[in-house]
Amino acid sequence: MESTVKKITAKYGSDPSQIIAMLQDLQSAKRYLPEEDLRELAEALAIPLTRVYRIATFFKAFSLEPKGEHIINVCMGTACHVRGAERILNELERQLGISRGETTADQKFSLETVNCLGACALGPVVVVDQEYHGDMTPGQVDKLMENYR
Amino acid sequence: MKRIQSAQELEAYRQECLAVRDPQRTVITICAGTGCLAHGCSNVVDAIRQELEKQGLDQVEVKATGCHGFCEQGPLVVVHPQGVFYHKVKVEDVPDIIARTVQKGEVIESLLYALPTTKEKISLEKDVPFYKLQKRIIFGSNGLIDPTSIDDYLAIGGYQALAKALTGMSPDAVLEEVKKSGLRGRGGGGFPTGRKWESTRNVDSEVKYVICNADEGDPGAYMDRSLLEGNPHAVIEGMLLGAYAVGATDGYVYVRHEYPLAVTNLTMAIDAAREMGLLGENILGSSFSFDIKISRGGGAFVCGESSALIASIEGQVGEPRAKHIHMAESGLWGKPTVLNNVETWANVPVIIDKGAEWYRSIGTEGSPGTKIFSLVGKVNNTGLVEVPMGITLREIIFDIGGGIPGGRKFKAVQTGGPSGGCIPEEHLDLQVDFDELGKVGSMMGSGGMIVMDDRTCMVDVAKYFLNFLKGESCGKCTTCREGILRMYEILDKITRGEGELSDLDLLEKLAVVVQEGSMCGLGKTAPNPVLSTLRYFRDEYLAHINDKKCPAGVCKELIHFEIDPDACTGCHKCARVCPVGAAHGEKKEPHEIDQDKCIKCGMCYDACKFDAVKII
Repeated sequence: MESTVKKITAKYGSDPSQIIAMLQDLQSAKRYLPEEDLRELAEALAIPLTRVYRIATFFKAFSLEPKGEHIINVCMGTACHVRGAERILNELERQLGISRGETTADQKFSLETVNCLGACALGPVVVVDQEYHGDMTPGQVDKLMENYR
Repeated sequence: MKRIQSAQELEAYRQECLAVRDPQRTVITICAGTGCLAHGCSNVVDAIRQELEKQGLDQVEVKATGCHGFCEQGPLVVVHPQGVFYHKVKVEDVPDIIARTVQKGEVIESLLYALPTTKEKISLEKDVPFYKLQKRIIFGSNGLIDPTSIDDYLAIGGYQALAKALTGMSPDAVLEEVKKSGLRGRGGGGFPTGRKWESTRNVDSEVKYVICNADEGDPGAYMDRSLLEGNPHAVIEGMLLGAYAVGATDGYVYVRHEYPLAVTNLTMAIDAAREMGLLGENILGSSFSFDIKISRGGGAFVCGESSALIASIEGQVGEPRAKHIHMAESGLWGKPTVLNNVETWANVPVIIDKGAEWYRSIGTEGSPGTKIFSLVGKVNNTGLVEVPMGITLREIIFDIGGGIPGGRKFKAVQTGGPSGGCIPEEHLDLQVDFDELGKVGSMMGSGGMIVMDDRTCMVDVAKYFLNFLKGESCGKCTTCREGILRMYEILDKITRGEGELSDLDLLEKLAVVVQEGSMCGLGKTAPNPVLSTLRYFRDEYLAHINDKKCPAGVCKELIHFEIDPDACTGCHKCARVCPVGAAHGEKKEPHEIDQDKCIKCGMCYDACKFDAVKII
């Protein structure tokens, strides 16, 4: 079977300036950037592996660790912050038993924060797998998580 | 769709679009911006379509539009041509709306918006003060068009400015008009757009680029997202006019990683414009050729900075470079480049269409036109508002925004994102424009306006911004990388009640070092939130340091929760919601909180209906 990297280089060609878009496709296909894929990509684009890693570690969209099945994103924008986003995050951390940026041991949930989702009128906002939940309170966290457990 | 070869053909096609749009027919518009989507508007759209079919009303048009701005009240439904405005619409409400409002022209009282102050109900969209007090020359079209339909954009006069420029104006004339309009960059800096264009125009080069910065990163601002999602053709048309004026052949839109719907709608719009011949070779039969590509960001705040953004498009890490190399001479791939943000580009077609003189009649002498603000935080009518420059903060927050929820007291408004500052009550009558905001220690930024009440701790807010910036500093300049971190640590110490008076001096000294020693805007402006809060809210810092108290009741280490036995009815609600069993007591008896167990999550405080839980 054709590798993911081959499919990606077939789509973008071997132009290294397209590397961010390629890594984005790889990230969404595999939910992280596996080392072997990065090696394959560096070879296909004929650029040093260090350059691939420099990009992969600079941008927040990329992860070198596998992500959980469900991605919980807590918005930490200013509007959400003044309406209590930190309290929501603390309650999620408590319930999942992990800190922000981590994935549960069963690979079920990754808890992430984002600096602003641009849904400021709904703050505090939590996004689970692209689905927006606005006007959150710590008390609603339990009910929200029930849908995904 | 066949390619349109001339301005006359475009006009003829526009007339065709208008002919099938009888202004008297019934059109139901539903806001499908990100806010309303989160409120569940998709189900409302489906329900309306089904109900219309059920009641045999296939002549009624349903339009899912981009963001209308009144996000707090979503899902929003407007029934045209009357303009009857319903808010917080649920699927259950749909059969009634169709049977009564659409079929019989009746207004359903229970779905109308009521003024927060007098509870007076308002039937028509145009009479809602939130809209009525705005001047929506850019953002208003969002509510009228389906962003996925180029015909909708043409029907409201879209690409008219492009036709006007290509048939009757030289590139210099377009440039001159933009210069005369006094348009200033809406992304934050406020640099005169015309002058920026002129520098690029004056450089001799076969290849030039125009770029749209849609890497909207300031937390608390989302007007660019809503414009790009709701009216992508306006941005494309603005870029076309800019490219024509400076002599560019290629354009890029750099869209933030977090905005997938904007990418979808923009891709569709670019494809439609290309198919119609409004992008590509020999546009409208002229010798002008131009095309646009989309570049998706990788999620880094610093990429909103122009040189970092360009590095990112080129497939490099997004690190800024020294400003002595001018973008106008050596930008993307070393070629002359013009970079403006989404809102700036969206202003251009309006200026060319209606003229610089008309444009200058709006706003102030130094800052003509309007500005879209995202009015969020502790304010009743949160959402996006477009107002003429020069309006006062008070008018925005109290007249349009409806004041502070729960009758609480206004404390400050934060503008300008992490580079801006907090403006206190004494400056509420300040006339908002690029220059006035600077005078009180803040800035326009991209237009975030975060309202804070007496339950917002200003030390915590300053700490919040430094925490944000320490994570987003690219690390190239030591003063930014290390200086912000040290400032953050000092603030963290203060919010934990371990601060000393000398810390305030140290903060002020470090602020100067970070400002002076950093290369790009991120570091240069990073100390602003600290400096402005120290300037206006020094008392709060002193309360944390001297009295070990957080007057706003926010900083966890300095507060605890207690139950007032006189106010407690023993309803047991606090004990039920407490996740750690700290709130306890017998039913119908006053309850207590076990301080050793309490994690200060505040759920008991939220749950108590008798205000018996106190933050001490």
